[in-house]
Amino acid sequence: MNDMRLMERVVDDTRIKISAKDVQVWYGDSHAIKDVNIDILDKTVTAFIGPSGCGKSTFLRTLNRMNDTIPICRVEGEILLDGENIYDRKVDPVQLRARVGMVFQKPNPFPKSIYDNVAYGPRIHGLTRNKAELDEVVESALKKAALWKEVKDRLTAPGTGLSGGQQQRLCIARAVATSPEVLLMDEPCSALDPIATAQVEELIDELRENFSVVIVTHSMQQAARVSQKTAFFHMGNLVEYGDTTQIFTKPSDPRTESYITGRIG
Amino acid sequence: MTAEATNIPAPKRRSLYQLDARTRRRNASETRFRAYGVAAIAFGMIALAVLLWSILGQGLSAFTQTRIAMDVTLDAAVLDKSGKRDPVELAKATTLAYGKILDQALVKQATDKGLMPEGLSAKDAAGILSKEAPAQLRRMVLDNPALIGTTVQIEALANGRIDGLLKGRVTMESAKLDSNVSPAQLVLAQNLKDAGLLAKSFNFDFITAPDASEVRPEAAGLGVAILGSLYMMMIVLVLALPIGVAASIYLEEFAAKNWFTDLIEVNIANLAAVPSIVYGILGLAVFINFAGMPQSSPLVGGLVLTLMTLPTIIIATRASLKAVPPSIKDAALGIGASKTQTVFHHVLPLAMPGIMTGTIIGMAHALGETAPLLLIGMVAFVRDYPAAPPEGFLDPAAALPVQVYNFTRRADPAFLERASGAIIVLLVFLALMNVAAILLRRKFERRW
Amino acid sequence: MSIGILTLIVIALAAGGFLLGRQIAVGKVAGDIRKLHSLPGYYGQTVFLFTAVPALLLMLGWLLVQPLLIHERVGAMIAPEDIASGSSASLVMSDVRRIADGLALIEAQGAAIPADAGTVREALGRVGVALGTDVKPSVYAAAKAYGAMSATGGKAMSVAVLVLALAGFGFAIARIRPAFRARNVSETFVRALLIGASSVAILTTLGIVLSLVFETVHFFKVYPFADFFFSLTWNPKFGGGSDLGIWPLIWGTLYISLIALLVAVPVGIFSAIYLAEYASKKVRAVVKPLLEVLAGIPTIVYGLFALITVGPALRDWFAQPLGLGSSSSSVMTAGVVMGIMLIPFVSSLSDDIVNAVPQSLRDGSYGIGATQSETIRQVILPAALPGIVGAVLLAASRAIGETMIVVMGAGAAAKMSLNPFDAMTTVTVKIVSQLTGDTEFNSPETLVAFALGLTLFVFTLGLNILALFIVRKYREQYE
Repeated sequence: MNDMRLMERVVDDTRIKISAKDVQVWYGDSHAIKDVNIDILDKTVTAFIGPSGCGKSTFLRTLNRMNDTIPICRVEGEILLDGENIYDRKVDPVQLRARVGMVFQKPNPFPKSIYDNVAYGPRIHGLTRNKAELDEVVESALKKAALWKEVKDRLTAPGTGLSGGQQQRLCIARAVATSPEVLLMDEPCSALDPIATAQVEELIDELRENFSVVIVTHSMQQAARVSQKTAFFHMGNLVEYGDTTQIFTKPSDPRTESYITGRIG
Repeated sequence: MTAEATNIPAPKRRSLYQLDARTRRRNASETRFRAYGVAAIAFGMIALAVLLWSILGQGLSAFTQTRIAMDVTLDAAVLDKSGKRDPVELAKATTLAYGKILDQALVKQATDKGLMPEGLSAKDAAGILSKEAPAQLRRMVLDNPALIGTTVQIEALANGRIDGLLKGRVTMESAKLDSNVSPAQLVLAQNLKDAGLLAKSFNFDFITAPDASEVRPEAAGLGVAILGSLYMMMIVLVLALPIGVAASIYLEEFAAKNWFTDLIEVNIANLAAVPSIVYGILGLAVFINFAGMPQSSPLVGGLVLTLMTLPTIIIATRASLKAVPPSIKDAALGIGASKTQTVFHHVLPLAMPGIMTGTIIGMAHALGETAPLLLIGMVAFVRDYPAAPPEGFLDPAAALPVQVYNFTRRADPAFLERASGAIIVLLVFLALMNVAAILLRRKFERRW
Repeated sequence: MSIGILTLIVIALAAGGFLLGRQIAVGKVAGDIRKLHSLPGYYGQTVFLFTAVPALLLMLGWLLVQPLLIHERVGAMIAPEDIASGSSASLVMSDVRRIADGLALIEAQGAAIPADAGTVREALGRVGVALGTDVKPSVYAAAKAYGAMSATGGKAMSVAVLVLALAGFGFAIARIRPAFRARNVSETFVRALLIGASSVAILTTLGIVLSLVFETVHFFKVYPFADFFFSLTWNPKFGGGSDLGIWPLIWGTLYISLIALLVAVPVGIFSAIYLAEYASKKVRAVVKPLLEVLAGIPTIVYGLFALITVGPALRDWFAQPLGLGSSSSSVMTAGVVMGIMLIPFVSSLSDDIVNAVPQSLRDGSYGIGATQSETIRQVILPAALPGIVGAVLLAASRAIGETMIVVMGAGAAAKMSLNPFDAMTTVTVKIVSQLTGDTEFNSPETLVAFALGLTLFVFTLGLNILALFIVRKYREQYE
């Protein structure tokens, strides 16, 4: 871990964006997430790390209620977005997800043109008043996703025709286009080759300017490279949460240390 | 990289607790969309329910039949003039003679018990009997000549209109407009019914008797049709199963990837979707006109249905052969079994339940198929039971679905009841076959 | 010797051959079967196959060819003036066959065969063979020749089949020795049988195409090509001079199919979507089999449903109040009922196709806040569209080829009208009515059925190939 530029990471903003309190998640009878309390900061990249099956992806999905699509999944506790409980009965998950976007493990562009992929979110949420505005939103989202230069001449080409790395950036652009406040990323680089991974990681660092980014990753190097805050999950528990620098250099919990040094996971 | 300055206002952030108008609209459209789905399913379910209800409603009554109980004196002077009880002589007494005896017996009974309505002539009173009743009585006597000279109690078949009265199809109002029945005859029937002499009873003849002519719907049965369908299913099973399984084994296990295999594959895929009536044309042109096989015979019907069913069986068989994991084949091949041994000793037995299920379902389709059979002459009116196989395969016969079609083409509305009843019989057979297929699948279902 | 007995003899011989072959093989190595190339059963198997298969194939071929040959010879014996007007050679031939059968019956009863044609009718009447007319001398001579040839042919066949069976038996027995690769030989033989079974598919297609094309060519020899394809009237007459234009039939077919698809496609697709995306497991477990019941119901049942329920209901509730007609058979009746029949067809194909759309696409859409219906309409349906189009084309091909529902629900009047409550007719209805009617086989009125059949075949084949192509392309996309 010599090349980790841990010291350069500064937390820009200390405003709390999402606050989870005593969150429990059950899948049927199995207790997948136990007593998780965490405050996720705005304009910060927060990494969730931990061995497979530790619940990090599950917890990520509770943050924009993607778990609602799984009938047997049950969530208890409070998750506050800007102080409002997203599991409140009055909250419509559709409205929530417009503010908390998500990018998935495997690039999943829709079988539509590049333009229509990015315009999908703004269209369904009614964010623009006319075609010109939509064009502008699409362009800006593609620019934010660092894809504009590569695709600006073929916006009508199908999104499925792009390379893996480009597809994933297209999916990021699609999520960014609705101007969310939080961007959840579930192992966004696991299906990509190293070069594409580097591009996406660079992009994540840039996204921090506008969004609060939460990324689940399997790779500790990646967590160290892109995040300012790191949370370590183990067997459904949030074991340790703190500045990335601190987690990777002076972990306070022995389990964290074991994982980081490669003994569990 | 910095975000481009845009002139689009960032979406206003409202509280999550307040639904904005757009979300409300979207949710409403979501509810509508869901309702379309529910409506579509409801439409399908209602259609199914109405279909079954209308068939059952129309057809269940075919399983009961109105009969008139009466005492008939079998006068030897009329029926056996020679007095020798010689079968050849007895056979000379026609149904006309038996008809007279029956008519007299009925009129006598009605008059004795005071059931005759005013103004009804003896001839018209006798009209409430079926034209089939004398024939039935004659058969009974010929089977047992000892009855001659005695008085027997019989239940004679009533006319179709009288049957209709008991089943609610015929009323006094309809009888006034009907040349086949008069209100007075209905009154007589009603009187007989009140006296307990005329009643509906279970109608075994509907299942066993042959078809009857246009004017006697009350006697029409499905015996010949059921037998014909059974013969055809035997032929389909004997031909389609081995040929289908052999073809599937070849295609799935042996066939090399070449133009010949491709040709067969393309052919099977297309044959599965060829309209069934085209198979009828094939049967007419090839089996009847070219090969000179007899029209209306179960053999031709069975051959046509076999060709029609083969693609179904081949597709099902190949699917179940494919489902046998390669590891089992590898294991057999690995200890030195030949390819043929592997297939016949290991793959085929494991695939057998799937093959049987596919075959039963294919045969169920064949059993209900009508159109091709019309073209090979099975619409003909057949009253004689075909002989026992194999000669019977060449005799003219009917088939259940074709019998339904035949019934619907006759003028008397009583035949619609028969048609619906025949469909119930057909559906019962199909249900049994499908249940057998499901049970087979359940019993042997294997997850690899 | 009857065919059944002959078959049994051949099979018995083959079974004996199996046991004998096995025994000889074991005997040649004095019981030490390790010295044999193959297991003893395979030696028996080669004998069985060589005995039974060629002999039975010969018998099958003989049975097909013999009637044709006899037919040709005997047909030539009938004097042309003995074919009554209004009758045809084929009808006279069937008389010949019946007389021949009757004569055989008389002979079997030990009675004398009538010497001249005049007394034949009466003699046959005594054994229960009723003839419509008196027998002409040339016909009687033909019948006697027919009987004689059939008898000789049957005997010759028995002899030939038995000889071939014995030859195969001897040949296979003679080949048995320990080094004989019995397994390989019998496996090659079995494989040849398997290939033969697979060729049935090709033969069927060939049979369909040849019989349709052959008779269609006949038809166009007696009826002008242009009138069939370009005339707008369909009006067959018994005495000839019929108008046999196909367009009224095609119009009826397409109109009914269109209505059927208008019912089946939305209902089928929405059912499939609801079952795949919304329904709970329990609902799915109940509704799906029930919809499949609709698919298992024979078309004759739908036909009766059209005839006794839907037709009268549409007439009483819609057609008459709206003043659109008073016929219970109508395009609407047949179309609606056919639509119901096609619902499960569309829904189960669409269900497969919708389920084949990967979950990741759904996640992607939900993840940025789309509702379920937006996801379905804007992501899943476009992704599944080619497959659904394929399913609809297959359903259309079904609708066009469907017979019983239109025979019983659509009517028989060939006309081109826009009123959906008018009775119209279709290609399949006319195939049935022209081929089950009483017209002479070689008249254009009957032969036209083959031209209609060919049209139908080409049409449905085209749709099927197109649909299979689209569906296959679509499957590849997600594999």
